[in-house]
Amino acid sequence: MSIYLNKDSKIIVQGMTGGMGAKHTTLMLEAGSNIVGGVNARKAGTTVELGGQELPVFGSVKEAMAETGADVSVAFVPPAFTKDACIEAIDAGIGLLVVITEGVPVQDTAEVWAYLEGKNTRMIGPNCPGIITPEESLAGITPHTIAGKGPIGLVSKSGTLTYQMMYELKDFGFSTAIGIGGDPIVGTTHIDALAAFEADPETQAIVMIGEIGGDAEERAAAYIKDHITKPVVGYVAGFTAPEGKTMGHAGAIVSGSSGTAAAKKEALEAVGVKVGKTPSETAALMREILQG
Amino acid sequence: MEYQAKELFAKHGVTTTLGTVVTTPEEARAAAEEYGFCVVKAQVKAGGRGKAGGVKLARTPDEAFEHASNILGMEIKGLTVNRVLITPATPPVEEYYFSFLLDRSNRQYLCIASVEGGVEIEEVAKTNPDAVKQIPINPGSGVDTDKAREIATEAKFPEAVFEQAVTMIEALYKVFTDEDATLVEVNPLARLAGDKLEALDGKVSLDDNASEVRHPDHEQFEIKDETDPLEAKAKEKGLNYVKLDGEVGIIGNGAGLVMSTLDVVAYAGEAHGGVKPANFLDIGGGANAQVMADGLDVILGDAQVKSVFVNVFGGITACDEVANGIKGALEILGDSATKPLVVRLDGNNVAEGRRILDELDHPLVTQVPTMDGAADKAAELANG
Repeated sequence: MSIYLNKDSKIIVQGMTGGMGAKHTTLMLEAGSNIVGGVNARKAGTTVELGGQELPVFGSVKEAMAETGADVSVAFVPPAFTKDACIEAIDAGIGLLVVITEGVPVQDTAEVWAYLEGKNTRMIGPNCPGIITPEESLAGITPHTIAGKGPIGLVSKSGTLTYQMMYELKDFGFSTAIGIGGDPIVGTTHIDALAAFEADPETQAIVMIGEIGGDAEERAAAYIKDHITKPVVGYVAGFTAPEGKTMGHAGAIVSGSSGTAAAKKEALEAVGVKVGKTPSETAALMREILQG
Repeated sequence: MEYQAKELFAKHGVTTTLGTVVTTPEEARAAAEEYGFCVVKAQVKAGGRGKAGGVKLARTPDEAFEHASNILGMEIKGLTVNRVLITPATPPVEEYYFSFLLDRSNRQYLCIASVEGGVEIEEVAKTNPDAVKQIPINPGSGVDTDKAREIATEAKFPEAVFEQAVTMIEALYKVFTDEDATLVEVNPLARLAGDKLEALDGKVSLDDNASEVRHPDHEQFEIKDETDPLEAKAKEKGLNYVKLDGEVGIIGNGAGLVMSTLDVVAYAGEAHGGVKPANFLDIGGGANAQVMADGLDVILGDAQVKSVFVNVFGGITACDEVANGIKGALEILGDSATKPLVVRLDGNNVAEGRRILDELDHPLVTQVPTMDGAADKAAELANG
């Protein structure tokens, strides 16, 4: 078991013919993902050879789904076109939409989120590394070589901190690791992932990585208190971030006294989540839990 | 800044008075001669300008000259005032508050309006929360005339200015969406003599992503002389850099890991004379020699920096590429590389990466295999 993604997932790539899309489609194939095609209206009907496979290019997500039975789309579309690509995938009724693109205007994401209401699509991202169920499937850009299958579920706003944490705990392995993205508005939240990990029998413990900005971690803390029975270990980045400065991720900004790392850590600790001071200390806390 | 917000207001039909932006007391006097009774207002990106003494009424041109002399060069919340805005003084009969903003928690937009008290909105929200209306806006359907009417009704705008309020709400929403703002605030929104509604002061925060994608004209709002010179230099080179106040220069890959690196260095610094991280710098996935050299060049230009910590986790980027990037950067920089470099490489192809740096055997480069250990070493070197 795993969350959102498994070996049966059939993946299409929006923007597969672009530089990023082609590179990461190859890497996803290496990770064992079942990639069934790509979407590019201008190249419909052609094929692309990636990772030793001939992949068909379709004119639309709808067509790709009809032809291949795809249920997951990974989007590597430039930011100016991301909104349209998302709406196309949602209209086609894709089950899981993973938006890797960084730099999407936040109002575009807000509109996509409003559009998603009542629809059957789960969106992950934008501005995220995607999702990996090790040894089964990768829908995104997380290196599949870092860690194998295991009992830990991981949810993080940051890509590189996901990689770092997977590396620190590679001897245990992961059920699923999901990077939800560093933008102010994202499709899947810490809470969504926590709920899914709670319901996943393979996941025994959860690592939750947050960073400054917004109140997603505080909300997650409240959720953990009422709904999560599995052990959760937390980490929050950005204690030294100054107020009013965006720290790399569009959503990583302390505004006035809100969104600080200290407040997030406090909220998590108040509900019994152990929070590490550094990534390695966080990994050590998880190690203690799993070793009993 | 206020005058820039007002330019955007005017562009979209929000009633406001632009006034004149000046940088010298003489210009302030000249502007005041035109306006008569006027207000001299400090232009900085910070609230509380009035309380800090940055907003003064001037009855005569000489008074305007005097106020401008005092205000120009003054510091407000750490920001030096380089510009003042001169506007005709129009004493409000009533002051209201109005804003549209991105409500990231609820993944929608929010309108906040109050007809009781303008400037001290936080105070009003505390003492009389019912007077501050919060109205959610669906980003899909937005604000049309009907919605604007609904907002004006809920906010209880008085009859005499109601229709003007509806028009202004629609225009402000256009500022919010057409300019891709994350905040459009009018405070105070003033009812002037003759029941005229006007945006007396305002603030607009723009979404950098959107400016990049579809608003090339937003570049005009960046004020070169107010940007930190190192940040300006980094921006020119396409680097994601934030200047901080500290001694340990930081280079890393990925925003989250770099933020984490700053924290780890600050903890390590506690044992080494309280040294702190000097900057945020995310070189992303492409850690080639030129990017690494550009990054080091910016960091070494910071006179406060005593050591540099390069913290890279090889995910998609392999560590040998990063090691070659560091090697190449040191070659490019030559004698201008003067500060010790602590390098921590881990992840993809780490053995080869470390071997390359071992072989390089550069006198400035120390390798430490763990993030915590490397942070400690960098802090120790910065405290030397």
